[in-house]
Amino acid sequence: MADASINSYMTGPDEQGRFGLFGGRFVSETLMPLILDLEARYEFAKTDPTFWAEMDWLWKHYVGRPSPLYYAERLTKHLGGAKIYLKRDELNHTGAHKINNVLGQIILARRMGKTRIIAETGAGQHGVATATVCAKFGLQCVVYMGAHDVERQAPNVFRMRLLGAEVIPVTSGRGTLKDAMNDALRDWVTNVRDTFYCIGTVAGPHPYPAMVRDFQSIIGKEVRWQLAEQEGAGRLPDTLIAAIGGGSNAMGLFYPFLDDPSVNIIGVEAGGKGVDDRMQHCASLTGGRPGVLHGNRTYLLQDDDGQILEGFSISAGLDYPGIGPEHSWLHDTGRAKYVSITDAEALEAFQLSCKLEGIIPALEPSHALAHVMKIAPTLPHDHIIVMNMCGRGDKDIFTVAKHLGFDMKI
Amino acid sequence: MTRIDAKFAALRAEGKKAFVAYIMAGDPDLATSAAVMQGLPGAGVDIIELGMPFTDPMADGPTIQLAGQRSLEGGQTLQKTLDMAAAFRKSDNTTPIVLMGYYNPIYSRGVAKFLVDAKAAGIDGLIVVDLPPEEDAELCIPAQAAGLNFIRLATPTTDAKRLPKVLQNTSGFLYYVSINGITGAAAANPADVAPEVARIKAKTDLPVIVGFGISTPDAAQGIAAIADGCVVGSAIVKDIGAGKPVAEVLANVAALAAGAHRA
Repeated sequence: MADASINSYMTGPDEQGRFGLFGGRFVSETLMPLILDLEARYEFAKTDPTFWAEMDWLWKHYVGRPSPLYYAERLTKHLGGAKIYLKRDELNHTGAHKINNVLGQIILARRMGKTRIIAETGAGQHGVATATVCAKFGLQCVVYMGAHDVERQAPNVFRMRLLGAEVIPVTSGRGTLKDAMNDALRDWVTNVRDTFYCIGTVAGPHPYPAMVRDFQSIIGKEVRWQLAEQEGAGRLPDTLIAAIGGGSNAMGLFYPFLDDPSVNIIGVEAGGKGVDDRMQHCASLTGGRPGVLHGNRTYLLQDDDGQILEGFSISAGLDYPGIGPEHSWLHDTGRAKYVSITDAEALEAFQLSCKLEGIIPALEPSHALAHVMKIAPTLPHDHIIVMNMCGRGDKDIFTVAKHLGFDMKI
Repeated sequence: MTRIDAKFAALRAEGKKAFVAYIMAGDPDLATSAAVMQGLPGAGVDIIELGMPFTDPMADGPTIQLAGQRSLEGGQTLQKTLDMAAAFRKSDNTTPIVLMGYYNPIYSRGVAKFLVDAKAAGIDGLIVVDLPPEEDAELCIPAQAAGLNFIRLATPTTDAKRLPKVLQNTSGFLYYVSINGITGAAAANPADVAPEVARIKAKTDLPVIVGFGISTPDAAQGIAAIADGCVVGSAIVKDIGAGKPVAEVLANVAALAAGAHRA
């Protein structure tokens, strides 16, 4: 049940950058002045009509927004219960929701006079989006990517290089997204005067979680008017479902509906091989506890001594031991519910979407779809589910082929 | 008055600069790091910074990252680090020990419990890299209340407007980070650092110790000359990482300390 003492879920974060216990600014002193400057610049931009005019123009003409809200008729019939809509953010330029946020941060970076952009990436989607926007604006772009991810996401590495970005494989730690974020922070501390760190999710020190959420909220705002257009004025979704790694596509869908109590909100974490004591998963909320990493306090996968554990997921984009602080707060207050889906369940959903709707989803939203498959049959026909199809699966066909025992060699 | 305050008073009376040495607890194993720590005062080290390993040391360069990995792979825990300090205290009750690291292992243990245990182990001060003044309520204020110094970092980006905030709840000494960057990176240039140290000293009576980018006895001398002392970390940790015998590690520390004390 949601916490009755809270009047609105849309007023956070507070002045300390907190969502309840979570969030904050846990960074070294070198970065603090820059983070405070960024916060001031963002606060100004938020109410500056010229900033949003620039965003709206680029969203429309460069990204292709609004993305469609699509009634998945065959999927609905197949599951035999709730009416299922897919928010088609996989149709955006670069193939995922990531570019919604990158555009906002790069416009801000340009207004701050920064000439060098750095980013971290896991699956490569945020890296590709950042490299794309940097190419468009002629900015230098450096992307940190775990050496292990460089290997398993070779097509995206090539894309970034084509777009003129320098991709630096990170070998520290175990070479995944967490380590890429560490090295991006090290770069930032070293090049703090000319460099803007374009974070790809709703995590990191304040103001990043709020800023990235605001840029991604275009997803939920569109859903609100698009659903009314198709289902009648004032009709709200009954259930929202989105996949969560750091949680930016989910925050983008959820945020505009947080104060609509009739709307059920469900986030889907990566359950990997199963959420149990073997810890071969990335379900920070279901399998972790609060801690401090990468500038914020949030639920983290960690051992008894506060050392951070590596996550495990078939999806490189969900392979992160933390989650955005606002999700931790929504979890603790009960406003949103969080569940987990295993690799095997996600693979099944991936194939069902291909066969029934002709949509090859990324492995990340395949987790969300797997949960839709679980609950839709139990719900009445007039119950509306909106699921965020946040990325397309072109990048994942090699991984999926391997798991299905299909030989891709020609 | 903590051991840190007493140490600076004694150094001032002798007209000497402070030499601060950093080692990582448990690197490459508990016995070796305990042996190195035991030998540091004899090598001329005035204050010991004892690193607490963390899986994600975002302000550290490769040398200290690897030290942390070796330590964690060897089974180091926060409890073992506190036990190591307590064992050192049995034979040395004057050399200050400052624990240095990141917040999560402390938060995970529980701040109140950590402070009681650290005090009991003979710890004198804390440097926690990812706790800026904006997060003082987390650990800084409770630590001061428990009688531990909370030593803050100031950096080249800490401008005049921000400096008072950085100094406000700092005690023991101020650690000036001589470069924008990570540990073990570019060398600090005394000519660039001197005006920065002067700028800070104009606003505080606390000793100002300079660290990051100091790796030779000459560099230690050059930096110590323009401040109240200097910190060397990566250069010592590199020797330990290379598997040099404890006696050789300590001989190199002694040379660095002699450099700082010449200033």
